[in-house]
Amino acid sequence: MSPTFSSAATIDDALAAMGAGARPVAGGTDLLVGARQGKAPLPDAIVAVDRIAELTGIRDGDATLVMGSLVTHDDLMKDPTVLTRLTALADASAIVGSHATRAQGTIGGNVMNASPAMDTGAPLLCFGTTAVLRSAGAERRLGLDELWTGPGQTSAAPGELMIALEVPLPPAGSGSCYVRLEYRRQMEIAIVGAAAAVTVEGDTVTDVKVAITALTPTIRRVPQAEAALTASAGDDGAVRAAAAAAAAAATPISDVRGSADYRRAMAEVIARRAITGALARARGEHVPVPASSALFGAGQGGAR
Amino acid sequence: MKVAAALTVNGTTYPVVIDPHLSLLRAVREEVGLTGSKEGCDDSECGACMMLLDGRPVNSCSYLALQAEGRDITTVEGLADGEQLSALQAAFLREGGVQCGFCTPGMLISATALIAANPDPTDEEIRISLSGNLCRCTGYDGIVRAVHRAATTPSGALGTVDLPAPAHAGNDATPPHRAG
Repeated sequence: MSPTFSSAATIDDALAAMGAGARPVAGGTDLLVGARQGKAPLPDAIVAVDRIAELTGIRDGDATLVMGSLVTHDDLMKDPTVLTRLTALADASAIVGSHATRAQGTIGGNVMNASPAMDTGAPLLCFGTTAVLRSAGAERRLGLDELWTGPGQTSAAPGELMIALEVPLPPAGSGSCYVRLEYRRQMEIAIVGAAAAVTVEGDTVTDVKVAITALTPTIRRVPQAEAALTASAGDDGAVRAAAAAAAAAATPISDVRGSADYRRAMAEVIARRAITGALARARGEHVPVPASSALFGAGQGGAR
Repeated sequence: MKVAAALTVNGTTYPVVIDPHLSLLRAVREEVGLTGSKEGCDDSECGACMMLLDGRPVNSCSYLALQAEGRDITTVEGLADGEQLSALQAAFLREGGVQCGFCTPGMLISATALIAANPDPTDEEIRISLSGNLCRCTGYDGIVRAVHRAATTPSGALGTVDLPAPAHAGNDATPPHRAG
């Protein structure tokens, strides 16, 4: 079969093409690169979804932020609500690829690509994000822990298009942070990453979410790390215990970007930085976005 | 099967007949015939292929040409206005931001996008923003100086550059002491 290409104007157009076997492409930043690296050949039938107006825009509700699947990383890192209330997602969006990747790459494509090293995954998981999948005549919602089933694999059926992500907005007194270990400032893939989202009431940490990146087959939360920090004063001992628990959940692989031993050793450091950053933001302290650059920048390098 | 499409590059619309899997970079270089944009890594790592798509940067090696139909594509050939270089191009020449030149088309496009988004970037912001563009000569200091100078110089003030004669020209000429 020779390759075919169509451009959908509506969700229904896209679903019709997908029903006939076409694979969707949005920003395209993963599709060609993945094919060239041998992950998967380019699909014979491609339907471009990047001009579907219904899939664009960030809608800011009282309790939930709804992001159309075509929202770009560049959109996210500049959105006032994301910056102030979902700051870990801004941290992550601001360091995806280069400014070319961020201008074209979409949150929908990023999530559906299901890389265990994706930067936005751990923040989205900490925030309790729900994916909205549309198929011909049906729509369903599922958590990202149900969506991601393995490296590059999701539980979505071939005819399902992810149309939006729904992110509950955290209460006042919350803060979040995403940090990754990187060798290069742009076009980098996380060697190790971690996100934390916390809520502080008075001197007590009342709610904690911690997720780890590039350390397990899918990005996952670590309940033991969350338990170690919950109901604590967010003191150094509790932070270290939580970071150690996060690192203990790691089952990393060795690859060109780092050995399993190195990843395991760095997991605790990165988790500690993410938790420390989240606590600082929850307490109203300023930690610049992206936190990775702020924490690794000139004069502040090395383990903290 | 190849399909007919139209690509608008630097304000001119070109009809092309291309394979649906063809990248934007190859379509512009091989079908349109504008070879300023370079293929470095062909893997979105080096930025040599960077173009603007509706004013926003794209690694064209990793973008399907057909997705660009109906959008405004800008390549390095579109930065100058006739013989009048853009301020950024002139600053690259004045600050030694060009060595072998292979990364230059992507650097210029990337820096054009940076200055459009951030008209007065710090050196640190320039370095971070251009980190997706690799210079194999490692001539980053000159590049950063050039971007900084272009951003801080009034529009047009750098636009005219008298190009010096190539330094090696004397090698081919008759040495003066033998001339007579």
